[in-house]
Amino acid sequence: MKTSAKVFNSQDQITPAKILVYILLILVSVFTLIPFVWMISASLKLDREVFTFPMQWIPETPHWENYQVIWTKVPMLTYFKNTAIIAICVTFIQTLTSSFAAYAFAKLNFKGRNVLFLCYIGTIAVPWQAYMLPQFILMRSMGLYDKLQAIMVLQAFSAFGVFLMRQFYQNVPSDLCEAARIDGLSEYGIWARIMLPLSTAAIATLVIFTFVGTWNDYMGPMIYLTREENKTIQVGLRRFIQENSTDYHLIMAASVVSLVPVTVVFLFLQRYFIEGIATSGLKG
Amino acid sequence: MSERVKPRKHRMSRLERKNTLIAYSFLAPNFLGFAIFTLIPVILSVVMSFTEWKGGSLTTMKWVGWDNYATIFNTAKVGKQMAENGFLAGINYFFSKVDLGISLKNTVFFTVVTVPLSLICAVMLALVLNHSVKGSVGFRAVLFFPYVASMVAICVCWNFMLMKNGPVNQMLMFFGSSFNKSWTADSKMAMWAIVLVSVWRNMGYYMVIYLAALQGVPRELYEAATVDGANKWQQFLNVTLPQLRPTTFFASIMLIIGCFKIYDTVAIMTNGGPGRATKMLVLYIYNEAFTNFNYGVASAIAMILLVIVLLVTILQFSMENRYSNN
Repeated sequence: MKTSAKVFNSQDQITPAKILVYILLILVSVFTLIPFVWMISASLKLDREVFTFPMQWIPETPHWENYQVIWTKVPMLTYFKNTAIIAICVTFIQTLTSSFAAYAFAKLNFKGRNVLFLCYIGTIAVPWQAYMLPQFILMRSMGLYDKLQAIMVLQAFSAFGVFLMRQFYQNVPSDLCEAARIDGLSEYGIWARIMLPLSTAAIATLVIFTFVGTWNDYMGPMIYLTREENKTIQVGLRRFIQENSTDYHLIMAASVVSLVPVTVVFLFLQRYFIEGIATSGLKG
Repeated sequence: MSERVKPRKHRMSRLERKNTLIAYSFLAPNFLGFAIFTLIPVILSVVMSFTEWKGGSLTTMKWVGWDNYATIFNTAKVGKQMAENGFLAGINYFFSKVDLGISLKNTVFFTVVTVPLSLICAVMLALVLNHSVKGSVGFRAVLFFPYVASMVAICVCWNFMLMKNGPVNQMLMFFGSSFNKSWTADSKMAMWAIVLVSVWRNMGYYMVIYLAALQGVPRELYEAATVDGANKWQQFLNVTLPQLRPTTFFASIMLIIGCFKIYDTVAIMTNGGPGRATKMLVLYIYNEAFTNFNYGVASAIAMILLVIVLLVTILQFSMENRYSNN
């Protein structure tokens, strides 16, 4: 911590303190990335090569065929398709209905507004694991057990989305809505033509977090989806691991493949991710 | 659809009704889903913890009062211990033999270790990155990445790396350690494996939050401190740290709640084992519900989790008010 404090005075010139900072940063980055590097390295080996001593970071002869084998061993494509369907539907429903509801909470006066909003806020504090059982029974009695729709409705109406959008809409000046009302725009028009275009940053944050959260969700699909053709990538990967627990190289290859979509999304949108947390995360 | 003319007093009620209807139409799509799939289950979860149900038809559900709570606290055995060997012996029995006690102990231990470690790593990284470092955007993205990577792939990878002949043990051996077991198969190290993965995953996320907070610290405070002759270390102690206090408080609350809800990491890496060494609350709920089909008992454990998380949240609210009043 001392080293970082010292850096204050060094702006551009290279000082010992600065070099220390870089060394520290590189070490931490290595620590962060090492599992991913190891994962890729192991995915290109034969199973008996994975745990050799001393360990080899770059395999002598990379076995790219591992990546072909997994597609025949696990129905990865089905898993991907299911996960994508769920994630896209959830993100769409969540963003649309949240921003709709948030507009009412932020900009409209109506009876029972505070009570309803309190209901939303109150449930944010309740962990999903506390009410997943009644929810499970409810869904089962509605015939949603082992259906992709179960995960969709489970994820799509979170209170968090409404809360996030409302926080953002409250910062939009009410005069803007008032002016639009005087110009004869309906409330739906104001939402569509003024609020939505103004809230792209908040929507981007919500879209990204909902998408990644749904894509990576493990416990929900684990409870609801049992048939092979319904499994998501996380649950499918887990099943593959349990059934082939010593095929280290294939497990790692499947893991790498499962990480590709989020990695791509992250690389393109990392700015939104980071800015999204920096602004919304602080408010809770 | 809306009124062009500003509403006059006598038209208010009609207008109000109309506005309310419009507002409800905005709310309805989300609220219907929210009410059915969140609000009603939340209310039902309390009720369910007082019932016995083994799955099957809903008509077989029956009211059993506090029985489920007596079961999870194992009041019979704990009470017997207390009567025979004193109060402390009963408490000891609860935390060393009863599933709920063990899960609570493990979850609390995990939280108490993981939260400070994550916070310290996050603050240090944020402090370093807050200064003019070339490529800081790249570093930030790298450190944040574990947070978006999916847990199944991450956990299984860490599991392999922490195996008997895995790279981590090889590296430790290089530094003179004689530990030669898979971390997740060792009753002491299994918990540390989960802590390691959790801290590794949390630190980048909270670093981003700290970075945002650091950027909000007014420059003048440092200038004033410099005028007063404070060195950099004193500035850190007397300016930076106090300015970060609200963030630290918020981050620790979020982390505590997150730690109490841990499931994925444990389920994938150790499944609570070896023995019950890493059994945590949510895993206990899951097993009671979906392995043993004791839905009532599972709901009672869920209520314990609920109470803990609510207490932490109430603490957050009251403290937040205190901060904003100051």
